[in-house]
Amino acid sequence: MHRAWRLTKRRLVASIPVLAIVILGTFLLMELAPGDAVDAYLVSLGGGDAGLAETLRQSYGLDQSAISRLWLYVSSLARLDLGWSIVFNRPILDVVLERLPNTLWLMGAATALAFTLGSLLGIIAGARPGSAVDRVLSIGSLTLYAVPGFWLGLVLILVFSVQLRWLPTSGIETIASGKTGIARVLDIARHLVLPVASLGFIYLALFLRMMRAGMGEVWRQDFVLAAKAKGLSRRRIVIHHVARNALLPLVTMLGLQAATMLGGSVVIESVFAIPGFGRLAQEAVAGRDAPLLMAIIIVSAVLVILVNLLVDIAYAWLDPRVGGSEAAGR
Amino acid sequence: MSIPEISRRGLMQSTAVLAGAAVLPRWGFAQDAMQGGRLVVAADSEPRNLNPAIVASNGVFYIASKIIEPLAEASFDGPDGLAPRLATSWQGSDDGLSVTFKLREGVTWHDGKPFTSADVAFSAMEVWKSLQNIGRTVLANLETVDTPDELTAVFKFSEPTPLQLIRNALPVVSSVLPRHLYEGTDIAENPANNEPVGTGPFVFAEHRPGEYYRLTRNEAYWGDGEPKLDELIFRVLPDRAGAAAALEAGEIQLAAFSQVPLSDLERISANSELEVVTKGYEALTYQLIVEINHRNEVLKNLKVRQAIAHAIDKTFVVDTVFLGYAAEATGPVPKNAPEFYEPDVTQYPFDVEKAKALLDEAGYPAKDGGARFSIRLLPAPFFSETRAMGDYLKQALAVIGVEAELVSNDAPGHLNAVYKDHDFDLSIGAAVFRGDPAISTTNLVQSGIPDGTFFSNQGGYANPEIDKIIAEALVTVDTQKRIELYDEFQKRVTADLPLINVADWGFTSVVSVDVLNVGNNPRWVVSGWADTEIAA
Repeated sequence: MHRAWRLTKRRLVASIPVLAIVILGTFLLMELAPGDAVDAYLVSLGGGDAGLAETLRQSYGLDQSAISRLWLYVSSLARLDLGWSIVFNRPILDVVLERLPNTLWLMGAATALAFTLGSLLGIIAGARPGSAVDRVLSIGSLTLYAVPGFWLGLVLILVFSVQLRWLPTSGIETIASGKTGIARVLDIARHLVLPVASLGFIYLALFLRMMRAGMGEVWRQDFVLAAKAKGLSRRRIVIHHVARNALLPLVTMLGLQAATMLGGSVVIESVFAIPGFGRLAQEAVAGRDAPLLMAIIIVSAVLVILVNLLVDIAYAWLDPRVGGSEAAGR
Repeated sequence: MSIPEISRRGLMQSTAVLAGAAVLPRWGFAQDAMQGGRLVVAADSEPRNLNPAIVASNGVFYIASKIIEPLAEASFDGPDGLAPRLATSWQGSDDGLSVTFKLREGVTWHDGKPFTSADVAFSAMEVWKSLQNIGRTVLANLETVDTPDELTAVFKFSEPTPLQLIRNALPVVSSVLPRHLYEGTDIAENPANNEPVGTGPFVFAEHRPGEYYRLTRNEAYWGDGEPKLDELIFRVLPDRAGAAAALEAGEIQLAAFSQVPLSDLERISANSELEVVTKGYEALTYQLIVEINHRNEVLKNLKVRQAIAHAIDKTFVVDTVFLGYAAEATGPVPKNAPEFYEPDVTQYPFDVEKAKALLDEAGYPAKDGGARFSIRLLPAPFFSETRAMGDYLKQALAVIGVEAELVSNDAPGHLNAVYKDHDFDLSIGAAVFRGDPAISTTNLVQSGIPDGTFFSNQGGYANPEIDKIIAEALVTVDTQKRIELYDEFQKRVTADLPLINVADWGFTSVVSVDVLNVGNNPRWVVSGWADTEIAA
C-alpha cells in the first residue's frame, strides 16, 4: 500500500488549510448572528435582569472581545482541547463522542442501503434502457428523491409505528430497558429501521440514476459490441461488461454523498428523536454555542475528508489508470 | 361594561372541559387505580440547568418540580389559592416587614438528611434572592431569614412587603435546596444542578442526554401513600409531529405545553385512548401582546395606537390563530387571575372605520395607492402562534392603510433586536402572568428599566402616573388597597395603550385516558405529581 500511504499524506496536508478556513468561517458566522449564548439561555429562562446577563457573560467568558475569544479557542484547539460547551455545560469532547456513534450508524446504514439497492435497481433499469421496468424505476426513484426527508419519515412513522405498530416511532433504543449484548444490538437495529429507510431511500435515486446513465454510455462502447459479436448472453454482458464498468463513478459519488448525508441527518434525527450529530448542530446554533458548533463542523469536516480519502484509495485500487498519476506524485 | 365575547369554539372547548370534569370523577373515586407503574411523558427540551431555585422557568419546573418542592403550591380551592408543601402556614406582620413560615415536620432529603429551617434560610438568601431570575426582583428587599427553631423561618424585609405578593410568588420562587450540598460551593456550577436532590415525590435517577430523564419513586416521601407511580420518564422528543405519533402509538402517555400542535388536536381527539386536557395551566397564563416602540414619532401618538387596537379582530385571532384554545384579552391582567382582574376598562372593539378615522385625525390621511405610513413588525419566534399573529397583524394593518414589513429572527436575534437594540416599531410578544402583577406584568410598562432586560418595557414608554401606582402597590401591605391600585393600573394601561393585549392563552396537554388526576391544580404540569396514577 505504498501508493495509498503517499496519497493519504498528500491529502492530510492539503486538508489543514481547509480546516483553518472552516474554523474561521464558522466563528465569523456565529459572530455575525444577532445574540449570543447568554441571550439564548435567557430565552429559556423567560427573562432575567441585566445584572444576571452580565454575570453569566463573565462566567462564560463572553465579555471578552471576539479576537481574544478566537485566539483562546484556536490555542486550546492546538492542544487538541475542544473546550467547554455552554449549552450542555460539559466538555465538548464528551458531548461529541456521545452523539457521533449514533450518526455514524445512521449514515453508514443509510449509505449502504442507498448504494446497494440503488446500484442494483440501476443495473436492472440500465439492462434494458427504455423498457417498462426502466421507466417505472426511474419515475419511482425520482419521486422519492423529490420527497422531503422529514415528510417521508413522518409517513413511515404513521404507517409502520402508529397504524401497524411494527416498529417504534422514535428514539435510538428502548428507554431504560436494561438490555445488554445481542438483545440490545437488535433493539437498536429495530429503532434504526425507519430512520435509515427515510434517509437511504432519498439518496437511492441518485445512485440508481447514475448507474443507469453510466450503463447507457458503456452500452455504446466498442467492447460491448465485441462481446455481443462473440455471442455472449445478454445477462453476461450486462453483469460482467456493462455494469462493472459503470460502477466506478458511483464510488466517487459515495464520497460526495457523505457530506450531504450529514446535512440530511439533521432533519431525520429530529423527526426520529435520535440523539445524533445533526441534532447536536441544530442545538448548538439555537443556543449560540460557538465552540460546540465549531467542534461539530471540524469533526464533520474531518469525517468527510476521511471518507473521501478512503474513496480515493479504493478508487486507485479499483482502477489503476486513475489513481496512478496522483499517487505517484507526478 | 361589556363582557368580552366568548367564541363558539372557546365555548365548545369549555363545555368539553366541563364534560371532561363530569367523566373525571376518576380522581374523586380513585377508580381501580393500579399501584405503581411507569408514566412516560414527552419533553421537548433538556434544560442546561435543572435547578428550579436558580432557573424558575416552566421548562425547568416541568421536570424538576417532581424532585424539588416549593414552600407552597398553587391550588384551585386552598386558602389564598395555595396548598401547603414544605411550609404548613405563613403569617405576615402588620407592618409588612416580616413573614413567618412554619415548616413541615419529618421531611427528609433524598439523601436521608433531615429538612430544616436552615435549608429555607440558605435557599432564600443565597439562591432565590441572589441568583434566581424571578427572586432577584420579588425578594430584592429581603434582608435576613431568622431561624428561631428547626421548623420556623422568619423572612425580614427592609421595606414593607405585601404578604399577598409573597404568597402569590411562593409556587414559582420558593424551591428549597439542600443546604448541606450547596453551602460553600459555587452554587451556579454545583453538580447537583444537573442531578438535583430534593424532598419531592420523585428521586432523580439518570439523564441520558438526547434520550430521557428517569425519576423513581421517593419511598420516604412525606405525603401519605404518595407518590402513586413507581417511575416517571421524560422522553426527549424535539419534533412536535413526532410527539403526536408517539402518543398515538402508545409509547408515551402525556405531552404537555401544547407540544402536540393545535392543528393536530382534532385528529387526536378522535382517538378514544387519548384526551385533550386544558386544565392545569390556569396559573401559567401566557399573554399575546403587541409591543410598541414609543421612540417612533408616529406610534407615540395615542390616536395611532388606538387605531391599531381597533384594527385587530381579537375574535378572529382566538378562532384562527389559536383554533379556539385562548380567550380574548381586555387588558394587562388575564381573566384567569380573578383576584386582580378588572373588567371595567377601556375596550377597543374591532372597527375598521373607526381605526381609519383615528388615523385621519392623527394626521396620517390615506394616500392614493400608497400607505399612510409604514412600520417594521417583529413577531417573536417563540411560538407558532406569535408568528401567525405577525402574519395576521400585517394584513389587519394593511386594511387600515398601514404598511408593515415583517422581520423574522430566531430567538436570540429577536431578543436583541427588541429588548437591547430597540430596533423595531411593533413586535408580537408573549408575556407570562405569574400570579401577581408585580412579578412579570408591571415591568412591561414601567419606565427606567435598564436596556437589555428581556421581556420588560423596552419600548421607551414612560408614564409617571403609572410608575407611581406600580411603586405604591409594591409596598402596600393592605391586600384590598393593593388590589384597588392594580385595578387603577389596568384602567390606565388600557386607556393609554403602552402595549396592546390581544389574547390570553393556556396550553393543552394530550393525555392517555389511563392517567388519573390530570390537571387538578392551576400549575399542574409544573407541580409535583405525587397523586398522579395510572388506571389498571
